[in-house]
Amino acid sequence: MAFNSTVETLPAMGRFSLRCKRENTVAMSKALGFELPSSISETAQSGDMTALKLGPDEWMLTCPMEARSEIEKSLAAIYPDAVHSLTDISSREVSIRISGPEAEELLSTSCPRNLAELKSGRGVRTIFDSVQVILTREEQNQFRLDVWRSFVPHVMGLLTVAVAEFECGL
Amino acid sequence: MLLIHCPYCKEKLPELEFEYAGQAHIARPENPAEQTDAEWRDYLFIRSNVRGDHAEQWRHSHGCGRYFNALRNTVSDKFIATYEIGQACPTSHAEGEENNEQLES
Repeated sequence: MAFNSTVETLPAMGRFSLRCKRENTVAMSKALGFELPSSISETAQSGDMTALKLGPDEWMLTCPMEARSEIEKSLAAIYPDAVHSLTDISSREVSIRISGPEAEELLSTSCPRNLAELKSGRGVRTIFDSVQVILTREEQNQFRLDVWRSFVPHVMGLLTVAVAEFECGL
Repeated sequence: MLLIHCPYCKEKLPELEFEYAGQAHIARPENPAEQTDAEWRDYLFIRSNVRGDHAEQWRHSHGCGRYFNALRNTVSDKFIATYEIGQACPTSHAEGEENNEQLES
């Protein structure tokens, strides 16, 4: 069986952790220029900015590195009316992209979730061999793992071993 | 592995994402200074050790991060219900009351 899935780390990108109460989400959406997703695991996209809802009052925003200050400014402007917490966590995590027909099986070697139930365009915070990760299914056969920086060697090591095992048909 | 229903994520998810966080429905006294030593000791340390249905707190720590309450049978390890913090316990059992079909038979 030919194996042609790839595991690669992605270049730096801007990430924010946004937390706010439900009554402030409308003002947040207005300042950001797009509607924040309303249920957990949903994503919303506008241009090269995405928002992923992780918890009842928690979102992760991703954007290009150079767009960060703009987001910070636009949200700081509405802070007095809509109290929130916006934290730049860009360098906290490294993104790993897993793509190819075996991507789902490759992740299932260390992720306890039923990945078949994670629909395309959705993301969740979950666990990957004891490491907390944010797993996003970007397309049917393409996943992104956001892993805390210090855990990346461990996660990459596991994925490399899994790829080697898949390649020799184990 | 146990599958636990998170009332916030509205999904059944693997146990590894969750963390046990003690007995549920223990309210902190409004004014600790007015408590007697015995009352304060009871609040801090005295917990029921139920054999049967037990209301307990869990945290979806590697997920949405929320605490929620669960009713679990400590003998069969079966989750009878999970519900959001602030909601009433879904059954009429008094706290600490034993309810276990295996014991009765």
